[in-house]
Amino acid sequence: MEWQPVLLSIKVALSSLVFVFILGVAAAYSMRSFEFPGKSALEALFALPLVLPPVVTGFILLVLVGKQGPIGQFLSESFHTQIIFTPYAAILAAAVVSFPLMYQSAKAAFQAVDCTIEDAARTLGASSWRVFWTITIPLSWSGLVAGLVLSFARALGEFGATIMIAGNIPGKTQTIPLAIYFAAESNDLTLAGAYVLMISGITFFLIFGLNVWSKRSCGKSSSVKEVV
Amino acid sequence: MKGKVVVNWLFIVVAVIIVAGAIWATKPVAQTPVKLTEPIEINISAALGLKDALQDIQKEYEASNPNVKLVFNLGPAGVLQKQLEQGVPADMFISASPKQLNELQNKNLVVPTTRKVLVSDKLVLVVPKNSQLAIASFQDLTKVARFGMGEPGTVPAGQYAIETLKSIGIWEAVKDKAVQAKDVRTVIAHVETENVDAGIAFSTVATLSDKVKVVAVASDEWHMPVMFPAVIMANSKHPQETGAFLTYLCSEQSAAVFKKYGFTFVGSSQ
Repeated sequence: MEWQPVLLSIKVALSSLVFVFILGVAAAYSMRSFEFPGKSALEALFALPLVLPPVVTGFILLVLVGKQGPIGQFLSESFHTQIIFTPYAAILAAAVVSFPLMYQSAKAAFQAVDCTIEDAARTLGASSWRVFWTITIPLSWSGLVAGLVLSFARALGEFGATIMIAGNIPGKTQTIPLAIYFAAESNDLTLAGAYVLMISGITFFLIFGLNVWSKRSCGKSSSVKEVV
Repeated sequence: MKGKVVVNWLFIVVAVIIVAGAIWATKPVAQTPVKLTEPIEINISAALGLKDALQDIQKEYEASNPNVKLVFNLGPAGVLQKQLEQGVPADMFISASPKQLNELQNKNLVVPTTRKVLVSDKLVLVVPKNSQLAIASFQDLTKVARFGMGEPGTVPAGQYAIETLKSIGIWEAVKDKAVQAKDVRTVIAHVETENVDAGIAFSTVATLSDKVKVVAVASDEWHMPVMFPAVIMANSKHPQETGAFLTYLCSEQSAAVFKKYGFTFVGSSQ
């Protein structure tokens, strides 16, 4: 068994997680703070990759980042580079499909934060930046961690969009799900089974760890009490 | 109150199951008289590279043999082989390489005496029609950023491609740029969209596209000969009718269709 697909999958999932966390939290927080026309439509758009079949997401991305697509052309003209069929494309696919999970989790977590506490901090002269970091984030932390874990697991398992835009280059863009698909197609059940156990194990312990952690941290938000 | 709702639902579910069961049970009886005139279905698992030629042949054959209906399961030969090993019902198997057929033969799943080579083909290197890159030979693949080929484990065109690249001694140098597609048509699609700089495919598949051009043909010494052998499956339910169709595939009429699509017609047991 090759370890390359396992390492690559973890690298891709972690890299996409960085983008997804920043963008998801920023989007959820902005949506909570601002009202503007078309907000519902934008929210629906954010949720779209979660409900669309991954091949549809893959097709849209292929049309965008393919060499003849607008993003592909921009990249080749401005930077003389391409991301199609590279590990970056795998990160892009993973990020796009896991973004809605982070966004939804962050949105729910922020909604659960009591506005009066934030308002109280503002009346005491705290800047919105400080309110965000010292009140909103600590109070919604468990929801954000849940979002992180779910996004990571989703990114790890991404197949449909990945095979379309990252292709299947063993050792370079072949992630665990792709390795499983091709091993199963050529009836190499031992290899496919090994990868299946591997990815099931990783995701199981992630979710298991999350459950244990969330039970422990229940009713514990002392960090906020100190601030208030 | 709640219990009553549950009972009602249970009643509806049971009723639906009974009605569905009754319909299902009576269906064969109602269909029996119709079945006499129903055409015989011949299931053929065939290599994807033959798609267009087989569709033409199917039209002609079904027009002259109204009692037969041809059902094609098209895919990469390696995938079809595994399906057949798992017991997917089929009367005939047409591979894009003798390898898959030999493996089925070793497992006694086919009738070896019915084996015929239908056509042969060439392995070629293609580039996008408007390509500016100087790619004129297989050796030039060392210069490209990425190229497409079939996944060698399941796609015969990929298996011939890897043999070729190993023969000319550049496989180790280029394997990190090989986008291994799930079938031979995807390779052409990747080249058409210019998402890869070049691709290795069958000549006949390449000429179907007007967005790619052939720049090199692999020498026959670099890989096993590209042969499309056909055979009747051992568990075929209609060996007679399948045999008749196999004979037709080796006839003059079929030869004309295969040639139209660029294949070299063989049509013998070899």
